[in-house]
Amino acid sequence: MIYDTFIAPFAEFEFMRRALVGTFAIAFGAAPVGIFLMLRRMSLIGDAMAHAILPGAAIGYLLSGLSVFAMAGGGLIAGLVIAIGAALIARHTEVKEDASLAGFLLISLAIGVTIVSLGGNNVDLLRFLFGSVLALDDQTLLLIVSITTVSLLALALIWRPLVLECVDPGFLRSVSRAGGPAHIAFLALVVMNLVGGFHALGTLLAVGIMIVPAVTARFWARDITMMIAVAVGTAAVAGYAGLLLSYHAGLPSGPAVILVAGVLYAVSVLVGPVGGLLWQAFPGRHLEA
Amino acid sequence: MTMRAQLQFRDLTLGYDRHPAVHHLSGSVESGALVAVVGPNGAGKSTLFKGIVGVLKPLAGRIERGGVDPHDIAYLPQVAEIDRTFPISVYDMVSMGLWHRKGLFGRVGRADRDTVEAAIATVGLTGFEERTIGTLSGGQMQRMLFARLLLQDARVIVLDEPFNAIDAKTCADLLELVRHWHREQRTVLAALHDIELVRANFPDSLLLARAPVAWGRTPEVLTAENLTKARHMCEAFDEHAEACAAEAA
Repeated sequence: MIYDTFIAPFAEFEFMRRALVGTFAIAFGAAPVGIFLMLRRMSLIGDAMAHAILPGAAIGYLLSGLSVFAMAGGGLIAGLVIAIGAALIARHTEVKEDASLAGFLLISLAIGVTIVSLGGNNVDLLRFLFGSVLALDDQTLLLIVSITTVSLLALALIWRPLVLECVDPGFLRSVSRAGGPAHIAFLALVVMNLVGGFHALGTLLAVGIMIVPAVTARFWARDITMMIAVAVGTAAVAGYAGLLLSYHAGLPSGPAVILVAGVLYAVSVLVGPVGGLLWQAFPGRHLEA
Repeated sequence: MTMRAQLQFRDLTLGYDRHPAVHHLSGSVESGALVAVVGPNGAGKSTLFKGIVGVLKPLAGRIERGGVDPHDIAYLPQVAEIDRTFPISVYDMVSMGLWHRKGLFGRVGRADRDTVEAAIATVGLTGFEERTIGTLSGGQMQRMLFARLLLQDARVIVLDEPFNAIDAKTCADLLELVRHWHREQRTVLAALHDIELVRANFPDSLLLARAPVAWGRTPEVLTAENLTKARHMCEAFDEHAEACAAEAA
C-alpha cells in the first residue's frame, strides 16, 4: 500500500524517475538563488525575468524546432539582455528597476506567445507556458544538472560579496570593488536557473520553484545558511509530492509541483516558528529577561 | 616620530550633480592625528568622508592618501545603510572586518576566530555572537560595527557620526576605543555634533560648512565666533547656481 502510493510510480515508470531527478536538480539550483532574490526584495523581478526568456526560447524553437540547446541558448541570451537592459535603464533614468522590468515582462510575454503561435500549435504553446516535466529527455536532464552544478559553484564563489551587498552595501563599496560584478553574476544565475526550470515547469511556473520555497524558508530559519537548506528541502519535497499528486490524481505535473509548494507555504505561514501566525496569536507568557 | 601627511586635500570639491557639498578644501591630516570634523547638518561632513574612502569621485581637485589604498581605509557609515532584517549573525557581521586579509575566498581559521571573538569581547558583546543583527538595540549595533572596525586593523579610520543616538555608557566605551586607536598612532577622523565631547577628547578639529571655516588645534577652531560663522555659511543648495568662478580662473 505505502509502496504502491509513494514508490511504485517511480519504480515502474522511467519518465517519473526522470521527472524526479529533474525536479531535485532544479530544487538544488533554484532554491538558493530564490533566497537571495527574496532577501534583496527582488522576488517579483524573478517573475519578470522568467517571462523575459520566453521570446528567446521561442526564437530558438522557430529556428530549430524543439531542440533543447537552441531553446536554452535563446532563453539565456534574451534573459541576460533584458536583465542587463533593465538594470541600465534603472541606473540611467528615473525609472526604478522593478518598474522597468515590469515593462519588459509584459512586452516579452506578448512577443513570446506571438512567436510560438506563429510557428507551432497550441500544444507547443502550453509546453512553453507550463513546461513538460514528464517528458525530460537525456539532453534536457543533462542541461538541468549542468546548470545546477554551475549555479552552486558560482554561488559559492560570489557568496561573500553577495551577502555583504544585501546586508551592508556601503561597507562592501568601502572595502572592495566586487559588488558590481557579483550583482551581474547573480542576475546571470537567476536567468540560468530559470532557463533550467523552464523546460520542466514552463515560463510561467519556473520562477515558482525558486520563490515559493524561499518565502517558505523564511518562516523556519533565522540564519541564511539554514534558510537555504530549508528552501532546498521544501523545493525537493514539493517536486516529489507534486509528481505523486499529478500521477495519482491525473493533474498536470508542473502546476501540481508548485501547488504542493504553495500548500507547504500556507502551512508555514500558520505554524512556522519564525513569525508564524499561530505563534503570534498564542505567544505564551513573557520571559523573565 | 616625524610628522607625515596621511591625507592631503588639494583644492578638493566634492558634490552631487555638479553641486558642491564640499567646496575648495585644501589642507592635510598628519599621520596619527585624531581629528573631529564639526559642522551643521548639510555642511559636507559625510560627503567629505565618502570622498576620503573613494566612494565619491571629486568634482575637482584631489585627495592624496599617503600611499594607502582607499579600500584599506576603515569606514563607519551612518547606520541607515544597513538592512537590519537580513538574517545574519553578529559573529558573521563582525568577521566581515577580516575582508582585507581574507578577501573573497580566504579561509577563516582557528586564529581568525579567536580574533573575531576578542573583538566582540572588546566592545562588550560577548554572548551576542549567535544573535541576528535585527535583535540588537541601537547601541549594541554600534558596538558591533566598532568590533568590525577593530578587525579591519586600518591605518586610517573614518567615523561618520559614530555617537548619534547612543547612551552615555556606550558612548564612553566606544570613545575609549577611539582613544586607543589614537595611542596606536592610527589616523582617526570623526564627524561629531557634541562640541563638549570634541573639546575634551579631540586634539584637532576641522570646522566645515561646505567650505572650511577653521582647521587646526581644537581650542582655536571651536570658538564661539567660528561656530556662529559656520551656521551662517551653510547656505542652501541653489538649483540655478552659476558655474563656480574659482574653477574658471
